[in-house]
Amino acid sequence: MVQNLLQVKNLKTRFSTDDGIVNAVDGVSFDIPRGKTFALVGESGCGKSMTALSIMKLVPKPAGKIVDGQILLDGEDLCQMPEVAMRILRGNRISMIFQEPMTSLNPVMTIGDQIRETLEYHLRLNKKAAKVSAIELLELVGIPDPEQRYSEYPHQISGGMKQRVMIAMALSGEPDLLIADEPTTALDVTIQAQILDLLRKLQKERGMAILLITHDLGIVAEMADEVAVMYAGEIVEQRDRAAFFAKPQHPYSQKLLSALPGKKKRGETLEVIRGTVPPLNRPFTNCRFANRCDSAWALCEQSIPSWTALEMGGIRCHLQEFPERRIQLVHTPGGAQNTEGAASEERALLEISNLKVHFPIQKGFFKRVVGQVKAVDGVSLKVDSGRTVALVGESGCGKTTTGKAILQLIPQSGGEILFEDEDLSRLSNKALRLRRRDFQIIFQDPYSSLNPRMLVGDIIKEGVKALKIEIENDTDDVWLDELLAQVGLPADAKHRYPHEFSGGQRQRICIARVLAVRPKLIVCDEPTSALDVSVQAQVLNLLKELQSTYGLAYLFITHDLSVVDYFAHEVAVMYLGRIVEYGTVEAVLGEPKHPYTRALLSAVPEVDPEKKRLIIRIEGDLPSPINPPQGCFFHPRCPQVMPICREEYPETTKINKNQKTNCFIYTGS
Amino acid sequence: MLFSFQAVFLWTDRLIYLLLFLVVGLTFYISRHEHLLAPWRQIRRRPLAMSALVVLLFYIGIGLLDSVHFRKALPTTDAAQEIQYDPEVLSLLDVILGPLKNNVERSYSAPLASQAFSKEMIEAADGSQHRAYPRLKFGGAHLETPETERTSDIFSIVNKRLFSGLLIWSLISMLFVLILAQRHRKPAKEMLGNIWRGETQTAWRSILFTAALLFLLVGVLAPLSVKYHLFGTDKVGQDVLYMALKGIRTGLVIGTLTTLVMLPFGIFLGIAAGYFRGKTDDAIQYLYTTLSSVPGVLLIASAVLILQIYMDKNAESFASITERADIRLMFLCLILGLTGWIGLCRLLRGETLKLREMEYVQAARALGVGPGRIITHHILPNVMHIVLIALVLDFSGLVLAEAVLSYVGVGVDPAMISWGNMINSARLELAREPVVWWSLTAAFVFMFVLVLSANVFSDAVRDAFDPRLRGR
Repeated sequence: MVQNLLQVKNLKTRFSTDDGIVNAVDGVSFDIPRGKTFALVGESGCGKSMTALSIMKLVPKPAGKIVDGQILLDGEDLCQMPEVAMRILRGNRISMIFQEPMTSLNPVMTIGDQIRETLEYHLRLNKKAAKVSAIELLELVGIPDPEQRYSEYPHQISGGMKQRVMIAMALSGEPDLLIADEPTTALDVTIQAQILDLLRKLQKERGMAILLITHDLGIVAEMADEVAVMYAGEIVEQRDRAAFFAKPQHPYSQKLLSALPGKKKRGETLEVIRGTVPPLNRPFTNCRFANRCDSAWALCEQSIPSWTALEMGGIRCHLQEFPERRIQLVHTPGGAQNTEGAASEERALLEISNLKVHFPIQKGFFKRVVGQVKAVDGVSLKVDSGRTVALVGESGCGKTTTGKAILQLIPQSGGEILFEDEDLSRLSNKALRLRRRDFQIIFQDPYSSLNPRMLVGDIIKEGVKALKIEIENDTDDVWLDELLAQVGLPADAKHRYPHEFSGGQRQRICIARVLAVRPKLIVCDEPTSALDVSVQAQVLNLLKELQSTYGLAYLFITHDLSVVDYFAHEVAVMYLGRIVEYGTVEAVLGEPKHPYTRALLSAVPEVDPEKKRLIIRIEGDLPSPINPPQGCFFHPRCPQVMPICREEYPETTKINKNQKTNCFIYTGS
Repeated sequence: MLFSFQAVFLWTDRLIYLLLFLVVGLTFYISRHEHLLAPWRQIRRRPLAMSALVVLLFYIGIGLLDSVHFRKALPTTDAAQEIQYDPEVLSLLDVILGPLKNNVERSYSAPLASQAFSKEMIEAADGSQHRAYPRLKFGGAHLETPETERTSDIFSIVNKRLFSGLLIWSLISMLFVLILAQRHRKPAKEMLGNIWRGETQTAWRSILFTAALLFLLVGVLAPLSVKYHLFGTDKVGQDVLYMALKGIRTGLVIGTLTTLVMLPFGIFLGIAAGYFRGKTDDAIQYLYTTLSSVPGVLLIASAVLILQIYMDKNAESFASITERADIRLMFLCLILGLTGWIGLCRLLRGETLKLREMEYVQAARALGVGPGRIITHHILPNVMHIVLIALVLDFSGLVLAEAVLSYVGVGVDPAMISWGNMINSARLELAREPVVWWSLTAAFVFMFVLVLSANVFSDAVRDAFDPRLRGR
C-alpha cells in the first residue's frame, strides 16, 4: 500500500482559558494520500481550524498546546521536530491559506515583493531569479498582467485577486500539502468558483494534497475525495465523498445535509439541530452529540461510542451497533401559507421606483465634489404584504444600500419610496418617526447589531418606548415574555446581556426587537450569512412562521441563492446598483435569462455531486461603481457580449408576466 | 471647650468629596452590572496591578486625611466670651503629624542629624563664644552625647519597631484571612494555603505582601521621624518628611480634579462632534485645534496672573493664607482641565464616528429612537472604557505637570506645600556647597512612587479594557 503523505494519529490539542482547559482537538486521526483532497467539515467551534494549526504546529502559544498524538509527514513525526526544523518545513512542504485575504497580506509591501521574499527564503533563489519565478507564479494563479501587478500594493487589487496572491505565496515553496482554511468564505460565489477552479487545476498539475476546511457542504461535494465531519473536537464520520453524500450515516451528518435550504424543501420546515455544541472544557462520558440527537437513547448518555470502521472510512456512533434504533428523518411539512402564484395586482405595501443613492466623492481643501459613487442607480421594485422579495447580488452591488435607503437611514438622491402610497422621503421628521413602526430592519451580524451594554429586555423594549406604542399588560411585561417565547428564547433572557447568547440566539433577539413594534415590512439584510447551517435553518424557519402568522412582508437581501430558492417569492438580481433581472423565483432561478443571473446560478456549488452542472465562468471582478463601464455594466464580463452592449444600457424587456430583464439578447424578440 | 472646633470646607475639599461620592457611586453601580465588572475582575487577578493599587490607596488615604480641614477654638479665659477660632486652618493629617509639623528647627539639617547643617556662633555657659555646629532643638534631642550614641540609638529603634510593624501586620492579615475564609466558606488554613500559592481570584498574596512592606516602613520610620528629622529640614527648619507628605494632597488634587473639569468638555464635545458630524463637527474641531495651537504654559501663566491680580484686589474675601492658596490650586486645576480635554475629545470623536455606523445604532434609528437617547444609551456606555483609560493615563502626567509648572513659577501658590515647590526651592539648595540634596530627593521619591504605581495600575486598566487584548 502506498504510504499516505500525511497521517494524523490521535491528535490532541488543548487550550488553557479562564474557563479551564478546553480540549479543542480531542483525538483526531486521519490520513491524506498524495494528490487527494481531504475535507474537514463541521459547524464553527468544532476544532477544524485548530486541527489545521496543529498540523502546522502554529497553535497559539502559550495558551494552546499539542498534548498527545502524532503528525506524520512522509513517516516523519512533526511533533518531535524542533521549531527550527519546522520553520523550514512550513511553506516548503506544508503551506496554508487563510480565510481572510484582506488581512493576510502586508499592506505596505508590493504583492510581488511579498511573493519574492518567500521564494528567496524557501528556494534560496537570488533576487533576480526570485522575481522571475514570482511573476511566473502570479501568472500560474491566473492574475492578468503579472508584470504590472508585481509592483502593486494589496489595496489596489480586489479580494479575489488577493486570495490568488495568497495562493501564489503558499505555492512558492512547492509544498506537498496545502491546507486551505475556508479559502473562499469571504468571497462572492462567482469569485469562489474561480478560486476553486484554480485550486483544482493546481492540484492536478502539481500533485499536491489539499486539506480543505470548510463549513460549506457544496464546496465539499465539488472538491473533496474524502470527507470527515468534525463535531466537538472529534471526527464523527469519515467517508468517501460519493458514499457520504449518497448515504450519510451519522445523525449529525444527516442533519447537516438536511438543514441546507433549497428548492426541494420549499414549503417545508427546514430540519434543525436543536441546542448547541457542548462546551469542551470537561471530560465526556457520553456521546458528544447525544443532547442534540433525535435517535439518542439511554446508551448514548452512558457510554462514549467507539470508532467503527466502514468500508470507506468510519463512524463514531452507537447506532452502528444497534441499527434498528435508527430513526428516519421525516420532513415536517410547513403550513400551507405558501400561496404561490402571481403577485396580486392590488396596491403594493412598498413600491420603489427609480431609487438612486449616490455618494459624492469630495477632494481637496474645499471639499469639491469630483465624482459620484452610484451605489444604487435606479432601482424599482414592489413588495406586497405577506410576500418575500429577495434582492440578490455580489458584494458591492448596492443591496444593503438599497435596504438602508428604504429605512431612511441613508438619504436617497432620487426616485421615490412609496410605503402604503406615502412617499417616505417627503415625510417630516416627526411623521417619519411615527411611520417607522411599520418597517424595520434585521442586520447581518448578530454581534454588532446588539448593544453590548444593554439588557436584552431593554433592547427589545427600546422601540416600543421610542415610538410610544401602547401595549396591553405593559406593566408586568407579559407581552415581553410572550414575544421571547415566540422567537424561541427563555423568559429570563430579558435580564441578561447579549454576550451570553450564541449567534443564532442573538439573531432571535434582533427579530424580537423588530417584532415588538409590529411592523408590516421587515428588511432582512443577510440575516443568516453569519450563522452556521443548522442555526440558519432555525432562523429561516422562524421567519417563515412569523410571516404566516402576521402576514409580514420581507425584503430579503442575500447572496445565497439556495436561501432564495427556499424562502422567497420574487427575486431581483442586482448588478452594480441596478436590477438586471426581476421576476418570480420559479421563473428567475428556473429559467434565468440574463447572462449574469445564469453565471451566478451556475457558480453556486451543488451538494448533489452526481449532478454535473454546466459552469458558466465569468472572468474578472465587479467593476467600481465610481466609474461603471460604458453601455451595459456587465459587458466586460459577459460571455455573450454583442457590439451594442458596449454602446448603451439595455432597456427593461418583459419576458412574460412573471419575469423581466435588462439585456440586449431579449430586446429583439 | 478644649476640643471645640469649626469645620472648614475649602473649595478643593468640596470637589474632592464630590469626586469621592462619584467614585463610590460608580463602584456600587459597576458591582451590580456583570459586564462592567468583568474587566475589573481581570485587573484583580494581576499581582503587580494590585500592589500598585495598595500603594495608591495608601497615598489616597493620606490625601483624604489632609482634606478634612478645621479651625481649632482658641482657649478662652472667660466663659461668657464668644469662642474665637484659630485663624490657622488645620487638617486631620496635621494633627496626626503634630510632632513633625511643630518640631521646627532654625534652618537646614541633614537627614537623621542631631546637629545643624551649618556652623553658628555658640555662646557657652561661661560666656565664651566659638563657631560650631549647634545641637538641634528636636532632632536627636534626647541624646546625651550624639556623636557616640546616635548610630546605636537609630539601630535600636529600627530593631524594636521592625518587630512591632510586622506584628501589627500579621494580626491584621490574620483577621483578613479569617474574613476571607468565612466568605469563601473554606477552612482558614486552606484559605491561607491558597493565598500563599497565589491560587486566589484576587491577587491577595501580592496585596498582603505590599501591605507588609508598607507596615514595616511606617512602623520603622514613624518612631524615627518623631525623634529625628528623617528627611532633614529645609531652609526655615521645617521637616522635609512633613512637607513631602503634605505634597501628596496637592499632587492628587491636581491629578484628579483636573480630570473632573476635563470630562464634561471631552465627553460632550467629542461625542457631539462624532455623532452629528457636519457643521457641529467643524465647529468643535475648529475650537480644539485652535486651543491646542496656543502654547499651554503661556495660557496657564496668563490665567494664573489674572487670578493673582484679582486676589490682590479682593484680599478681604480670602480669610486665610490656606484659602488663598486653595483658590489658586483650584484655578490651576480648572485651567489645566480647560486645556487638557482636547486629547480625550479627539479620541471620543473618532470612536463615536465608528460607533454611529454600528448596526445597533442603525437599528435604534430605524426604531425611531431620538439622538439624545442614542447618545446616552448606545454611544456613551460604549466609550466609557476609553474615558477611563484616558483618565488613568492622564493622572500621572498631571502630577508631573504640577511639578513642572511650579518649577516655572506659574504653578500652585508659593505658600502651598507641593512637590513642585519643593523641587523649585531645591534649585538654590543644589547650588550650595556642600549640597543640600534631601528636599529634592524626598519630593522625587514620593512623586516617583506615586507616578510609578499610577502608571502600573493604568497599564493594567488599559489592558483589561482593550477589547483586542481581551481573553489573553
